[in-house]
Amino acid sequence: MADNAYLILSDGTSFEGEPFGAPAWASGEVVFNTSMTGYQEVLTDPSYAGQIVVMTYPLIGNYGVNEHDFESRAVQVRGFVVREACDEPSHWLSTSTLGDFLKARGIPAIQGIDTRALTRRTRTQGVMMGALTNGETLPQALDRLESQPAYDGTDFVRTVSTNAPYGWERNRPVMRARIGGKPHVVVVDFGLKYNILRILAEKGCAVTAVPATTQLEQVLALRPDGVLLSPGPGDPALLEYAVELAGGLLGATTPGGKPLPMMGICLGHQVLARALGADTFKLKFGHRGANHPVQELASGEVHITSQNHGYAVDAARLTKEAEVTHLSLNDGTVEGLRHRRLPVLSIQYHSEASPGPRDNVYIFDRFLEMVRG
Amino acid sequence: MTKPTKVLIIGSGPIVIGQAAEFDYAGTQACKSVREEGVITVLVNSNPATIMTDEGIADIVYIEPLTVEVLERIIARERPDGLLPTLGGQTGLNLAVELADAGVLERYNVRLLGTPLEAIRKAEDRELFKQLLLEIGEPVPRSASVSSMEMAWQEAERLGLPLVVRPAYTLGGTGGGVANTREEFAEICAGGLAASPINQVLIEQSLVGWKEIEYEVMRDGAGNCITVCNMENLDPMGVHTGDSIVVAPSQTLTDKEYQMLRSASLKIIRALGVEGGCNVQFGLAPRPLQGERYSPDGINTPYVVIEVNPRVSRSSALASKATGYPIARVAAKIAVGKRLDEITNQVTGESTAAFEPALDYCVVKIPRWPFDKFAGGDRTINTQMKATGEVMAIGRTFEAALQKAVRSWEVGGRSLLWEDPAWRLAEADSPASVLDHLHLGPTDQRLWAVMAALRRGVTGRDIALRTGIDLWFLSKLEKLVAMERRLLGEPLTPVLMRDAKRLGFSDDQIAQLGDSSRTEGLPERVRALRKEWGIVPAYKMVDTCAAEFSAATPYFYSSYEPENEALPEPGPKAVVIGSGPIRIGQGIEFDYCSVHAAWALDEAGVKSVMVNSNPETVSTDFDTSDRLYFEPLDEESLRNILENEEAPGGLGAQGDHPSMPPSIVQFGGQTAINLAGPLDRAGQAILGSSVDSIDLAEDRRRFEGLMDHLGIPQPPGAAITVTGDAVKVAEAIGYPVLVRPSYVLGGRAMEIVHNDADLIEYMNNAVGISEGRPILIDKYLDGKEVEVDALCDGERVLIPGVMEHIERAGVHSGDSMAVYPALNLSVREVETLVDYTTRIALGMRVRGLMNVQYVVMAESGAGEPQVLVLEVNPRASRTVPFLSKVTGVPMVRIATHIMLGRSLQSQGYDGGLWKRQRLVAVKAPVFSMAKLMGVDTYLGPEMKSTGEVMGIDYTFEGAVIKALLSSNLALRTGDPVLLSIADRDKEEAKAIITAFHNLGSPLYATEGTARLVESLGVPVRLVAMKIGEGHPDVVDVIRGREVGAVVNTITGRRNPLRDGFEIRRTATEARIPCFTSLDTVRAALHSLAYGDYRVQPLRDYLAGVDRPE
Repeated sequence: MADNAYLILSDGTSFEGEPFGAPAWASGEVVFNTSMTGYQEVLTDPSYAGQIVVMTYPLIGNYGVNEHDFESRAVQVRGFVVREACDEPSHWLSTSTLGDFLKARGIPAIQGIDTRALTRRTRTQGVMMGALTNGETLPQALDRLESQPAYDGTDFVRTVSTNAPYGWERNRPVMRARIGGKPHVVVVDFGLKYNILRILAEKGCAVTAVPATTQLEQVLALRPDGVLLSPGPGDPALLEYAVELAGGLLGATTPGGKPLPMMGICLGHQVLARALGADTFKLKFGHRGANHPVQELASGEVHITSQNHGYAVDAARLTKEAEVTHLSLNDGTVEGLRHRRLPVLSIQYHSEASPGPRDNVYIFDRFLEMVRG
Repeated sequence: MTKPTKVLIIGSGPIVIGQAAEFDYAGTQACKSVREEGVITVLVNSNPATIMTDEGIADIVYIEPLTVEVLERIIARERPDGLLPTLGGQTGLNLAVELADAGVLERYNVRLLGTPLEAIRKAEDRELFKQLLLEIGEPVPRSASVSSMEMAWQEAERLGLPLVVRPAYTLGGTGGGVANTREEFAEICAGGLAASPINQVLIEQSLVGWKEIEYEVMRDGAGNCITVCNMENLDPMGVHTGDSIVVAPSQTLTDKEYQMLRSASLKIIRALGVEGGCNVQFGLAPRPLQGERYSPDGINTPYVVIEVNPRVSRSSALASKATGYPIARVAAKIAVGKRLDEITNQVTGESTAAFEPALDYCVVKIPRWPFDKFAGGDRTINTQMKATGEVMAIGRTFEAALQKAVRSWEVGGRSLLWEDPAWRLAEADSPASVLDHLHLGPTDQRLWAVMAALRRGVTGRDIALRTGIDLWFLSKLEKLVAMERRLLGEPLTPVLMRDAKRLGFSDDQIAQLGDSSRTEGLPERVRALRKEWGIVPAYKMVDTCAAEFSAATPYFYSSYEPENEALPEPGPKAVVIGSGPIRIGQGIEFDYCSVHAAWALDEAGVKSVMVNSNPETVSTDFDTSDRLYFEPLDEESLRNILENEEAPGGLGAQGDHPSMPPSIVQFGGQTAINLAGPLDRAGQAILGSSVDSIDLAEDRRRFEGLMDHLGIPQPPGAAITVTGDAVKVAEAIGYPVLVRPSYVLGGRAMEIVHNDADLIEYMNNAVGISEGRPILIDKYLDGKEVEVDALCDGERVLIPGVMEHIERAGVHSGDSMAVYPALNLSVREVETLVDYTTRIALGMRVRGLMNVQYVVMAESGAGEPQVLVLEVNPRASRTVPFLSKVTGVPMVRIATHIMLGRSLQSQGYDGGLWKRQRLVAVKAPVFSMAKLMGVDTYLGPEMKSTGEVMGIDYTFEGAVIKALLSSNLALRTGDPVLLSIADRDKEEAKAIITAFHNLGSPLYATEGTARLVESLGVPVRLVAMKIGEGHPDVVDVIRGREVGAVVNTITGRRNPLRDGFEIRRTATEARIPCFTSLDTVRAALHSLAYGDYRVQPLRDYLAGVDRPE
């Protein structure tokens, strides 16, 4: 039928559904997210660049789309896959249906497919490239998919990062942050989520976001009291410039002459880990959801975390100067690091939540304690 | 914290409204969980119909009254070092607090495990809880706690109406309500003060129209917290969550709202210091309130914290079944010192309990109300819970989950298409007319009324404005109406069929809506067409993690999606059909039987496949059976499951041919037995008694024929369809007569009629009810009612025991006190009962269980025994758990083995009457009448009780007094008693009056009865029968608690009944024992004079430990 659409996977599997976003063709790495709420935050999270996101919760779009739940300016996913998109949302903040929103933003989406079957396939086979398509045969679509650049070899950070530095005040981006005696935190934007800036600003910091490719001297010229390496998309092994920057910052000092406090989140954590000698590797199907338990080794405490990553840190070759502080209770992978000597910590999960539990906002406090010295 | 060595677990007692089967589930899981840790468990519960009180669940089981005195005796005897109070509902929690307050715990060095007492007090005491919330900055509704009407009025002036009244420390919000007017406020507040054991009520700002959201949270002793699940009530604030249609997870909350309330939940349980499970309820505004200011970016939706339950609850049972996360099991482990990350997630087998389930389906719960039985009851639902049970359904769409839940409801086969005939008056396309004729306020029928309104063109938006139901839900209902229209108007195509199935339409609904001139007219044709088109259900797994990890849980629900995960396993297996929602007449007993059937199958090497729709039960725990289908118990869903289970190597299969498993229908009450016929017609095998045997018991003519053939007498009677014939029949057999419609359950609409006028009135009302079906008129025999359960393998009949009812025939067997063994029957009468039962079982070709009810006439003692058979049920009865426990005969296990082809003899049993145990056990009914406004409480042929308790001892008196204590009917020596006795009973009442007088009870009586009392030379205080006919009147003395018990027998029908109605209702609402049968009073008086009982484990009674010789 003409108005049908398909999600195809690189292994030749095909799922039939109905299109509900923009009528474009899209390809990307197909990943699933198990969060039951927060689809707008997911859509606008730059870490999903280059990916087609499948929501495992079947009813998506129930509360529409609003002006407040953006985590970046744009929709970042290549395509969106749901079991059922709600066309009559109900919420006082809603300004649009999910479908209309995606249409307006030019993002193709598909509904009506067995997302659980798709998730099971991804879990057992590992993540694959896939495409949203219609009006072509499966072999045609597979050929076309084949010709697309592989997710793994692409540096998406350069495309999602800001072009120029900006500040964050009164819950919106501004040209330049007013420092005004506040601790100044520079956030290196590998694909940051606005909620990181919101939280830092709420906690009394002056915040400046800078492009991922900013040079060490340029960062230091901003006289930061702390630097946060943000989350972002893709393989950290491709980001030599970022690892180099992180390595440089590890030896830097604050305007007050103390060692520069640093925090890494997600990709920022992986970049920092690489700068500290560790390797990174690709997970079979990643961690994406709002229910991931992480244990802090020192206290034994368990925290429920929001996660979104396809790569993880292999700590075998981590410098002796750093140590693993957190582990995933699900698969035992590294979830946090700290430097033994320097005021540096990093986490694989998203303390900024959005979407997901806010249980880990305290990690920002730990970082800011170091910043405030 | 050190691990305890011996733990006392308090159960929740009988099933009552607000405290149902969920606590059997919780307690059973807790016992298993604690035992796994190497801790000795001692369980106390008064409810024999539970799995938790079975030997093998806890190490030591007491079936004893749940009172402080009894618990102290148990503690003194067992010397546990820990007490687990949070798994036995409000009853268990209140008892733990009382034990602590009485110094018992300290005296015997018993540590309260899990959530500390301080936290319990803070959570339960409204004022302390409010203070705590204010300290941690959580919003609360404006409110005040009051302990007198005077204070109540002061606060009402300050807060302004409408106001909600909530009594402190009561079950399911008993005695509360929403007051819109001053009159309502006066009434509800007075009731609430009386209902609260500490005479305290909270009055608060009404949040009617706000969303009601719940979170189930866990915290371990180390402070780790998780939320298991959140739930959104379809019915907005103002309806008790137990009476609300509930959806999991929440549907209309943004992530920010979801997380805001989640964070608040965790903050609250941390502040309280809960260790275990806890339920937190919120009101969330559907939009910002006018005139209030919010945070600068304007995204915070206002909310208030409503309440917490610092224990496992009905909601946590629902959350456990909705997610697969075993809350009670984990809470019990936390109580004995485990941390969340030290507890394995049984579902995945790999991860730990320290995670939050992710759902990839939608869950809908619908309460099951008893209004089908209580036509006169007030159907309004509000803050006082009225449902006896609930159903749950799981779907990939909300619509499918909702429609499956409705199919699971089992009220007259009602689908969402059902409409009240009165609604026909509502004119389509005239919203005003529709809204006039359809009552859209909260009642048990609101969902159907809303559908009817949408069908008549009222918009979802209009309904949202009137009801406060979120537009999201209404737009989904509109989609269902749109699909109904398509099915009515369009030819059925594969795509239309698939779309309808995905929205949860049953074959039956599709057939109803389809054009009967086309092929799809009959459900069977729809089914055939559907299968021809390959549209069959795909079963998905409930795995706690949305397929992120591989899971081994054999827990499935149906969908109409491509991938089926429930691939059939080869080998012998059988399907156990469960009993659905807990309702009056079909309670937890049948879940007990279903669970035992699954275990027995397992023991026999046969895989068990459980099908049930009730989230509260042990049967729907994923580790009870080899495979669980959480599905409606109707023909379509069962046939689909059987077809899905087709595999080689099945029971009775030849070679490698795939076959469908047989079904067991004997254990799931009337629900399962009613499926026998449809399954048989569909060619599916039934294990045990054949469909023909079942039909023989239900078809009056065939049954009479068989009894005549066997020479077993029945009361004279006839089935009639014309009103005029009724009087003829009644005159021929003589009054009183028992009248009832044929084919009804639990004695519905059954009455004893004494004269022509009443009979004609009954016929005029009743014929309409049964729509042309016959009315049965039988001679009512005023004899002893006796009940016998039996097991038959086709050759032998084993009778585990004979039970005698304390109340004479005419009181429904489920509402009678039953005594084992029968103490007042002669040897010859028992021989006759055994002989009849044996012949009936063999004559009906029973394979498995059977229950027979007899009446034994009083004058039969000397001559030939006069035993007449009243009723035969070829299935497990309500008394199976009771009888199994007191005789030690594992009835369900034996029956299951019989069904699998093993004889009684091969199982080590002979035929005949099992040896009479040297103990006495009394099963007593428990009622929930205080919750059901407008319902008359007298005992009659129609069943009204919701649960049961057991008293067991070596003497009749000891057993009776314990049964009465457990059912809150115990008399206290010297308490004044109010008497109002029907003329017919006055002669018989004389001995009772004298007995009360001799025991020192001052007597109050209404006019006629007072004359009788005086004639006996006993002083009496005259009380006016009717309000307004002088003081004191009956209501004065009851409400003023001048009397401690009421005896009121009924005269006849309708109008005379109303006279006693006030007395009975007032006594019920004042929670004063109210006796409507002189037989019960006699037993109570007898035991009062005796007054002593022992307390020991169940197994000690069976073994005769310390039996006085």
